[in-house]
Order: sequence, then structure tokens, then C-alpha cells
Amino acid sequence: MLIRRLLENDRGGQIVLLVLLALLVVVPLLSLGVSDTSVWHLSTYNVTLLGKYLCYALLALSLDLIWGYCGILSLGHGAFFALGGYCMGMYLMRQIGDRGVYGNPELPDFMVFLNWDHLPWYWHGFDMFWFAMLMVVLVPGLLALVFGWLAFRSRVTGVYLSIITQALTYALLLTFFRNEAGFGGNNGLTDFKDILGFPVQADTTRIGLFIASVLALMLGYLLCRLVVTSRLGRVIVAIRDAESRTRFSGYQVEHFKLWLFVLSAMLAGIAGALFVPQVGIINPGEFSPLNSIELVVWVAVGGRATLFGAIAGAFSVNYAKTWFTSLYPEAWLFALGALFVLVTLFLPKGLVGLAGQRKWRRTPKAALSGLPQQQEYAS
Amino acid sequence: MSMSSVLEKPASLLERARASYPRDRVFEFMQPRPAFDQPVDTRKGPILYVEGVSVSFDGFKALNNLSLYINDGELRCIIGPNGAGKTTMMDVITGKTRPDQGQVYFGQTINLLALQEHEIARGGIGRKFQKPTVLETLSVYDNLELAMASNKGVWSCLLHTLNGEQRDRIAEVLHLIRLTAQARQQAGALSHGQKQWLEIGMLLMQNPRILLVDEPVAGMTGEETERTAELLTSLAGRHAVIVVEHDMAFVRSIARTVTVLHQGSVLAEGSMDKIQNDPKVIEVYLGE
Repeated sequence: MLIRRLLENDRGGQIVLLVLLALLVVVPLLSLGVSDTSVWHLSTYNVTLLGKYLCYALLALSLDLIWGYCGILSLGHGAFFALGGYCMGMYLMRQIGDRGVYGNPELPDFMVFLNWDHLPWYWHGFDMFWFAMLMVVLVPGLLALVFGWLAFRSRVTGVYLSIITQALTYALLLTFFRNEAGFGGNNGLTDFKDILGFPVQADTTRIGLFIASVLALMLGYLLCRLVVTSRLGRVIVAIRDAESRTRFSGYQVEHFKLWLFVLSAMLAGIAGALFVPQVGIINPGEFSPLNSIELVVWVAVGGRATLFGAIAGAFSVNYAKTWFTSLYPEAWLFALGALFVLVTLFLPKGLVGLAGQRKWRRTPKAALSGLPQQQEYAS
Repeated sequence: MSMSSVLEKPASLLERARASYPRDRVFEFMQPRPAFDQPVDTRKGPILYVEGVSVSFDGFKALNNLSLYINDGELRCIIGPNGAGKTTMMDVITGKTRPDQGQVYFGQTINLLALQEHEIARGGIGRKFQKPTVLETLSVYDNLELAMASNKGVWSCLLHTLNGEQRDRIAEVLHLIRLTAQARQQAGALSHGQKQWLEIGMLLMQNPRILLVDEPVAGMTGEETERTAELLTSLAGRHAVIVVEHDMAFVRSIARTVTVLHQGSVLAEGSMDKIQNDPKVIEVYLGE
């Protein structure tokens, strides 16, 4: 079977999927099946928190695909996540209907507040779930397509590409902050009522969204695994390690990068769409370059070029963040910075590398060669 | 493509437009794509024509009106002092550098200057870099598989599986480059000489008509050099092989025809004996 083939020789992936399967059973059981007073009861707050981590894990997966495997360090990947989130947010806004503060059946509250008398053209269709879901993948995908086509065609690589991706997300941040853009400006989109007819705040809906997030992460993992274990995956690694060799072997490098970048953006968009109904708000802050940099730290901490490493990194860093920010809120950014520096210096393969170190010690050369490296040899 | 053949079966709008008015002389994108599926036209002898090529970088003339013809199946050595333009010449042939002037044709019909690197590589010109460049994190087997001539589009790579014939071809090349025992080893763990061979093997997987080999024996031991000479000589005939090398002993051992480059153009051409006795060559190169 395909799944079996994909998970062959992938101990980490097997563990990740088993854990996710367990979550799929245990979390709904402990949340809905156990009474509130029991010590085993899982509060809705914790379910939502886990759901949030799952979305981050999917986002980390998408970045690992292009950074870990293809060496494209995107410092603006949060933009695709936020765009997916906004598409979902627009659907949820349209679902409010006349239950808003101003009671306008057509226009969201912030538009009434701005004295707009009709819906902007780009809001049409978002009252339909299928359309919104289509946009969740198409909008980030299209942006990645245009941006990637321009960047890769001009052979922009390395730090220059990272800088322009950062500029991209910053430009979007500024655009979405403007009230005239029609996305709720500073406040973003919030005060959601229901999704597909189910009230967003209800415990059962939260569980439903949690299950959707687990499934999305599992499918996302398998999809990424399909890509990296195929011949395409080997070409991508080849591009990372020796771009010109790959080009002179007859591969159109730009097409491969573009394809992967678009796929990655779409996965990030799906992660964003699942994130928004769980946290109940999407605002321009999601476009902040800082978010994208944090995302890079998750992947680096977990371990680049191992898909399960990205998931492990997203969970561990975000858990640390939740814990840390409740104790020493001001110190978190310093801790994050220190973490990044320490991991880069001492754990170039991340947490996953630490776990696998005993095995690698026998063949140190192989351990090192898992990382992207320049083909610079003094012969 | 001649006018009459287009008029016989007007397949696409573009072709009809071409036929009605020869705009393709004006707009590059309208030129017919080279037909790589047909055999390269070598009826006149040469498989590679380099004519009057000049390249300059910031005023420095790396190639100066260089003309060179390589016959099909020939083994040609190109020598010259540092900065003579040897690597630039390879860059021009493989599409990495666009010349300011001149023409480069593959066979009689295919204009290489209108093509991109990957198209030239697929069309049958393989290139080995000066520094051995293999895919270090992949196994030797995967390196060869990746280079293999096949559909190299994104989607077909995603769904690709090897068939028996392709497996046989990989085994054959592994044997030829003497790396059968290392097939499952990571390419990064190979010795310097083995990497050079692996890269040559990768070129062979592309089924090239021309092999451009830049300094194949740099950093090799005497025995490895000897084996490389053997390998390259055995490849000539089936492929045209162009070798750029500094090692004069190596050149002497394999050369049939030698071309000496100096300051971006051809200084002398002929057999090794003739070259060695050429006063111009002695002055700029051998006499040092």
C-alpha cells in the first residue's frame, strides 16, 4: 500500500503518525467523554491550544519542504499562512449575517462602520464554504506562483531571496493594516459566529476543528513524504546541494523550485485556514516578519530536512513559548534568540539529530552530509 | 523548417503565422524549437561548430574570435595557459554564458545560442566541471539515476519508477566507472578520483553526443590517471569527447588532435608532435 511504502525506513514519521492517531482518539474522549470535575478532563482551552500547535506543525512542514529539502530559505512564509487564514476569516465573517452589531445582513460590521454601501468585488463568493476553501489554497498558491516565477527566473537565491520574501510579507502587513483594503484594517476579522452551521465557540465544534487539524497534518505529512521520497525529491535535494550540476544534467531548476514553492504555500494556506476558527481572530499581525522568523526557528530546532523534525520543532518551541510567556513574558524573545543561536552552533541537525546521534556516531561523515552544503572543495 | 513543409500541415497558429510572414527572423520566440528527437545532422563531419565567438567580461576579452570544429566521435584535447578561455568556451557551448558575437551550432541545424542550459544538456551535450561536482547526500546509484536521460519534467519525476532497461543501463555505467561495489554508498564519501568518475558516469547516463570534460585527472593518483585515460579513449568513437587538461603527460597519452588556446583564440591545432614543435606554442606555453 502507498502509505506503507511512504513510511518505510521512516521511524520518526511512524512515531509522528501514531501519536497523531492517538490524539485523534484520546483528545475527543477526554474532552467530551469525561465529566468536567474529573482530573482526566481536558479543557476546551487545552484542546484549542493543541489544535493551534497542529496548525503550526503543518506550517513548519511546509517550510521544511522548501528550506530543508530545497535550500530556499523563505523568511516570509507566514504570509501564505495569513492569506489562508484571511480566506477562512472572510467566510466566517459572511456567516455572521445579520447577527452583527449593526445587523446588516450583507456587510460585515467594519464595512458598515466605514460607511461602505456594498461588498467589494473580492468578497463575493466567500459566503460559500467550497469557494472559500478553494481560495484557501488558490490565493497563497497564486501569490507564490507569481512571486516565485519572478524570483527564480531571475535566479535570485540565498540571502537575497530571503530578504525579498521578508519584504513580501512586510508589504502585505502594511496593506492589510489599511482600512481601505477592505479586510478590517488593524482589528482584522473576528467575532465569528458559526462555521458550516455549527457555533464556533461550542465544545463539539472545537473538537471537530481539532480532528480536522489532525487529519490535515497527517495528510500533509504523507503528501510531503510522497514528494521527498520520489525522484522529484531527489532532484530537489540535488538542486539544494549542487544547483548547476542539476541544471547541466538536464533539469529545468526553476520549474522545480517554483512547483515546490507553490505546493509549500498551499500547505501553509491550509494551516492558516484551520488556525483561524480555532483562535477566533485573524489580523494583520499574522503577516509580521517576526512570525515568519519564529517559524524558521521551529524548523531549525526540530531539524531541517526531516519532515517529522519540523513537526517536533513546532510542538516543542510552541509549548516552550506558552509555558515561558506565562511565566516571564518579556524574556521570551531573548529565549527564542538564544535557542536559535545554540541550536545553530551545537545542534545543526536539530532535536532530531540529537535523538539520532548515537546511531550516527559510527558514521560521522554521513551525519554531517545531511545538511545543505556548498560544493566548495580545494582540490 | 522550410516554408513548404509548414504549409503542408499547418499544425498550430504559431506555425501558420510563421508561414504567412517570416516574422521569426525578428522575434526570437517565434523560431521553431530545435528537433532533438531527430538525429543530429552530422553529414558534413563536424558535430560542433564554434565560429567567431567573442566574449568579454568588463572589457577583458575571455574569448576573441574563437573558431573550432569538433568531428563526430572525435577525441579532442584542448590545452592552454591559465586565462586562455578554456572554461569560458565550455560555458558558451553549454549555454551558461552568452557570447557577444559568433555562432555555435550542434550538428548543422541546432543553434545552441538560442537554447537554455537544461535544453542543451537534454539535447546531448554533457559537461563535467573542473571541481568534481556530484550530489554528495545521495547514493552513487541515485546520482546516476538522476542524470539518466528520461522525461525530466516536474510531474513525471513525481511519479517516476525505474524500468528494467533503465536499471540495466545504470548497472552498465556503474561497471564502466568501476563503482559497482559502492553503488549504495553516499557519493560524498567517495575518494576524489571516484567522484571524478562518478561525474563522468553521470554524463554518460545522459546519452550525450558530446562530452565536455574539464580537467578530469586533477588530483588523481598515477594509477587513477591511467584508468581515466583508458576510459576516455574508450568513450571516443561513440561520443565526441572534448578534454580540457593541464597535465601534459596525460594529454600526450590520450591525444589524437590537440588545440592550443591562447588569449581567447586558437593558437595552433594538430597532432601532439606538431604542437610540440610549433614555435608559437613553445613561446607562449611549453617554453615556460
